[in-house]
Amino acid sequence: MIEKGNAQRSTSNAQPPTPDIEPKLRVVFAGHVDHGKSTLIGRILHDTGSLPEGKIEEIGKACAAEGMQFEYAFLLDALLEEQKQNVTIDTTEIPFRTARRRFAIIDAPGHKEFLKNMITGASRADAAILVIGADEGVREQSRRHAYLLSMLGINQVIVVVNKMDLVDYSEQHFREIEQDYRKFLQQLGLNARTFIPASAKQGENVARASMKMKWYCAASVLEALDLLEPQKRDVDLPLRFCVQDIYRFDGRRIIAGRIETGTLRVGDQLVFSPANKSSVVATIERWGNAPANGAAMAGDSIGITLAEQIFVERGYVASHQNETPVETNRFHADLFWIVREPLRVGHFYDLRLATQQVKCQIVSIEEVTDSSTLQTTSEGREQLERNEVGRLTIQTRGPLVMDNHDRIPNLGRFVIIDEGQICGGGTIFGGIYTDRTVAKSKNIFWTEGKITARARAMRSGHRGAVIWLTGLSGAGKSTVAQALERELFQRAIHTYVLDGDNIRHGLNSNLGFSPDDRVENIRRVSEVAKLMADSGTVVITAFISPYRMDRSRAREIALEGNAEFIEVFVDAPLEVCEARDPKNLYKKARAGQIREFTGIDAPYEAPEDPEIVVHTDRQSVDESVATILEQLLPRLRAVE
Amino acid sequence: MTELSRSHLDQLENQSIFIFREAYHAFKNIAMPWSMGKDSNVLIWLARKAFFGRVPFPVLHIDTTYEFPEMLEFREWATKYHNLNLIVRINTEARARGIGYETYDPVTVTHELKTVALQQALAEYKWDALITGIRRDEDPTRAKERYFSPRNAQFEWDYKDQPPEFWGQFVTTTAKGEHVRVQPLLDWTEVDVWRYIQRENIPIPKMYFARNGKRFRSLGCSPITQPIESTASTIDEIIAELEATKTTERAGRAQDHYERNAMQKLRAKGFL
Repeated sequence: MIEKGNAQRSTSNAQPPTPDIEPKLRVVFAGHVDHGKSTLIGRILHDTGSLPEGKIEEIGKACAAEGMQFEYAFLLDALLEEQKQNVTIDTTEIPFRTARRRFAIIDAPGHKEFLKNMITGASRADAAILVIGADEGVREQSRRHAYLLSMLGINQVIVVVNKMDLVDYSEQHFREIEQDYRKFLQQLGLNARTFIPASAKQGENVARASMKMKWYCAASVLEALDLLEPQKRDVDLPLRFCVQDIYRFDGRRIIAGRIETGTLRVGDQLVFSPANKSSVVATIERWGNAPANGAAMAGDSIGITLAEQIFVERGYVASHQNETPVETNRFHADLFWIVREPLRVGHFYDLRLATQQVKCQIVSIEEVTDSSTLQTTSEGREQLERNEVGRLTIQTRGPLVMDNHDRIPNLGRFVIIDEGQICGGGTIFGGIYTDRTVAKSKNIFWTEGKITARARAMRSGHRGAVIWLTGLSGAGKSTVAQALERELFQRAIHTYVLDGDNIRHGLNSNLGFSPDDRVENIRRVSEVAKLMADSGTVVITAFISPYRMDRSRAREIALEGNAEFIEVFVDAPLEVCEARDPKNLYKKARAGQIREFTGIDAPYEAPEDPEIVVHTDRQSVDESVATILEQLLPRLRAVE
Repeated sequence: MTELSRSHLDQLENQSIFIFREAYHAFKNIAMPWSMGKDSNVLIWLARKAFFGRVPFPVLHIDTTYEFPEMLEFREWATKYHNLNLIVRINTEARARGIGYETYDPVTVTHELKTVALQQALAEYKWDALITGIRRDEDPTRAKERYFSPRNAQFEWDYKDQPPEFWGQFVTTTAKGEHVRVQPLLDWTEVDVWRYIQRENIPIPKMYFARNGKRFRSLGCSPITQPIESTASTIDEIIAELEATKTTERAGRAQDHYERNAMQKLRAKGFL
């Protein structure tokens, strides 16, 4: 039965740490199945007096009811199934404290099928304890877990050689395991701080120095834990502020996101990638009881406003001017794969890096490493199986903002998603910082049967749409249309402007300016726009289109073709348009040389409820285009 | 250059805000269950932090009809204070059938009046994500949760096969009828919650503070929620009490202890 009074309290008499000041240090426990991770954790909780009252009795009773011997491991395996199978199935997180600091234990399962849980747990850890059973020695998962820890960037490692009671506390046995495993870890670039011979079951070298292993006089497990440091916040790295969203709750435009690395201050000049546009931080926004407005640092979830309005959306990464990230659509990475369905060359996947999401294609697999044996093969592999790590070339559909993993880890790692599921994680290497131009993408073809609008959208990465600009002559429709076309084109969006120049002279050359002809003119433009949108193009029309009725028909026609229709009112007062008079049309109309000129002797019916209004008398062309892009791009992305 | 540093609470707050914003971006139709309990109120506070003062989605109170009157008073007051879009749901059908603590065991009643009521609301509003205030330290089954935790159309939690979650990437897709539980407080402990309430001065019901030698540590339905012996009448005293205690937080919640693994059974069927 349980002897509760025996609990070692050597560490709990001292002054407790101040919880609000010092963050918890997260330690992941990994290792081969049945090497005693859960027992070690149970023992640590018990020996530090961290268990809720009644827990030991509760588990003890449960064991007795099932006719089993009490085991510390049962403390963690609180779920029914786990108790039955005697295998930890998922990640748990349990707090405990020593005199020095607070900890959270992350228990990573040792069962082969549960790799994804181990990664989930380990990715949040500051440090790792790798448990090796002294009786079995280094096994497959002892190595595999170490490999993954190295890929996840965990560099503080303690190795506990457990179950020393089963090998008669033999120093020689311990030294052999140490030598063997140390060599393996070194190949991975992992430097284990300490190797500790222990018996979790007997409590040897866990909280107290073992009398049975007097040959070992270094730290016990708890002492070694106390020597760990929290992973440093990446304040000293270059700034990477990753945009999560744009909020306009109170009329202001707040760019919300998290600072992954570095610091950000009011007045900083930021460069937003991939657009490469620049602006100054006007304010740092936080609600309520928040630190002073002056600076924000790595880890902070903040909002900012900018001095000049530039187009920014989710996925953009802000940096300082002299320390910009890599921008490319083709790169090299090491990728671990965790799902049953293998990764295939040529296949398309979604790739997420920070808040960016793009379609990508696996171009080639250069090398495959077995994460347990570290053996590599390089002959033409076409797929990567579960538990393998591959060195790959990946190509993305659009530009991707990134860093090399060894420079800025947070921007140097990504996940691959298939059918909505996270299937693997990768780290990037070899990105070249000087190259900010986007490489021309290779032709990429989908293998599809019937070509549907969805298939077209999947291939081009966006949907077709009709952007209908309306406004007086001289309001700036053509100028805005062309600037918008340029912006879309640079984002690899298929786009085309329909305006008087290319329609009136050909398709509609038989039409004049009478009310009937105007109606027919707009009807034909509407139909052409619909077809082009159906073909996957983002059509921008730039016609005065003065009648509400015509525009609402244009909308109906587009919607019949399942195309997105966005009405943009290019608004400027008549006086302004007349003053601009780029083609001297107003002068001619005033002089009576042109009849039925909109605004002079023909009406202009302003839109009642357009999707977007731009005021070209107050907004620059760039600002107008930014306003349109902000609404437009999210709609184009929605491939359903 | 000023020395920048962030406390443990700052880090928890930042991570929760990050999760709120990821959820708000990923899902079109979100609701946030609100029990008026301390964690629930911290959740509302964090939502306001994430969205610069407002809660941009409805909050849902599942009213079991066994609510403490003081909690309902708090609900009215706090709805105005936070400017919430409040939806209240009662499983009137079950009450009409006579389901109640007077007649049935607490596991049955909790399932009918909470989980089924939630299912009814979900069927009506078709939310694709629910933001919940559960924490890992509350219960061993909750310790295994993800920040983004999918529930199938039958509301079940497949805790044996959960999606991987690392590097700030979450599963954000749902099939028809499915929803995702988003859990921004997962990493917080009970003491963290109290320290944050204190630091931010977040309004909570007075029942958490001791009166006549008793206070509530966790709040649920009035017939099955027992106060604990306590003289803690300030947050400092509550924190001091919690740091000394070894009793579990939900010990006063009868439905958890009605049978062995009751909490696991409730949760697998859709209980928060």
